[in-house]
Amino acid sequence: MPKVGIVGYGQTKFSQDDIKIESVLLGATKNLFDRSSHLNQKDIDAVLVSTNSNSKYLSAILSEMTGIQPKIGHTIESLCNSGTNAIVSAYSYIVSGLANLVLISGAERYDSPGQILEWDHLRGEFKHPIFWASIFSKSYKRKYSLTAEDLALVAVKNHKQSVNNPYAISQKAVSIEEVLNSKKLTEDLRLLECSRPCTGGASILLASDKVCKKISDYPIWITGIGQKTTSASFTKNSAFDSMDSTRQAAQLAFQMANQKPSNVDVMEIHDAFSVCEPMALDSIGFTAPGKGINTVKDMYLTENYKINPRGGLIGSGHPLGATGLAQTVEITQQLQSKAGKRQVDQAKVGLVHNMSAASTSATVLILEN
Amino acid sequence: MNFESELKKGNFFISECNQCNKIVWPPSEFCNQCLSNNSWRKCSGKGIIVEFSKKEDTYFAVAEIENSVKILGQIVSGRPKIGDQIKITDCGIADDHYFFKMIILD
Repeated sequence: MPKVGIVGYGQTKFSQDDIKIESVLLGATKNLFDRSSHLNQKDIDAVLVSTNSNSKYLSAILSEMTGIQPKIGHTIESLCNSGTNAIVSAYSYIVSGLANLVLISGAERYDSPGQILEWDHLRGEFKHPIFWASIFSKSYKRKYSLTAEDLALVAVKNHKQSVNNPYAISQKAVSIEEVLNSKKLTEDLRLLECSRPCTGGASILLASDKVCKKISDYPIWITGIGQKTTSASFTKNSAFDSMDSTRQAAQLAFQMANQKPSNVDVMEIHDAFSVCEPMALDSIGFTAPGKGINTVKDMYLTENYKINPRGGLIGSGHPLGATGLAQTVEITQQLQSKAGKRQVDQAKVGLVHNMSAASTSATVLILEN
Repeated sequence: MNFESELKKGNFFISECNQCNKIVWPPSEFCNQCLSNNSWRKCSGKGIIVEFSKKEDTYFAVAEIENSVKILGQIVSGRPKIGDQIKITDCGIADDHYFFKMIILD
């Protein structure tokens, strides 16, 4: 089986701007080309677009606008983990031999239709994501005797880290008091604990080992992939204080990479809401159940950027279809020692955790240099 | 009939497989285990509170009905605790949304 490497990346700044989806896609892709001096459009076999936008045939539009005539081109949508699922598809095209070089571009607008799950009627009138997040938050706090202050620290840490990410929507550190005094959305959730919908794009270039060296001197290898969907309905989650799909996806990814949680040097965790970060740390196996928050506190107090160095979704913003790709860009930069002020020392093994639909689906990638 | 047509009338129905007797949820015409046809059974609407939170003055809760199916709905009376017995007293479709209203039983 050929190895598959990340050989290029690009991003746009995340914002609340009213920009056409096609322009956001083009912006992220142009940034990728600007950073890839050895890349020729003729070498790109496939163009995959990751988005929840209702706009049609975006792969063809992006290809035309960037002078690519791909053999394979289409959109991938799976709500908030569309980005990493597009990477999984690109990986499969390369391993199967159908493609050697694949461009993946993800984009979303601040008003994405992917934010509310209309199909999931069993949530009644409580379809907005703040309601499942509140249920998770209440359940996790109860089970492990945690307080609102404990979870608020996730937002404090990630807003602080986003200050060093020039592409993040948030460029301001906040205190625990500011988080706790921000708008009370529910009894268990404050505004500053939420990732914000935004406009943004991110792109990744994947290559087979045959062509990697032509494009990049420092490819980052995808060594593990795990993806698991347990249901589509929020209320079908087997528990509200842990993440079953994340647990299973992580197991698959570690098994494929022949790695284990203790070997991971840097990670992107899908902190759609503050409670998601410690819960995901538990479910991935970094921490014993209920201990994720202790690790978050240790990282914050020691100024260690190991978890969500770019500021996570809470600090960076959450343009759904671009999020998994932006997470992967960050881990790639970390493993290339190109993350600037966010750099984690001696990062050799990285992990991306990207999930969707109230934790009913998750994708985990292991990257190595 | 189906789940939605009954819900519109304020009735809460559960789908059950004619072949393997599995309760199928979300409600569906076909069993998600053996793909046989389901039938519809009117449900007591009684259950227990699995988890809850509160927005402004309104409690919302995940309730497990008849030990089998879960919904997210509004508690219209009382202050919930985990494990409280509830009953769905009003349900339907309004503004394209389902709604489930529950009371806490003494």
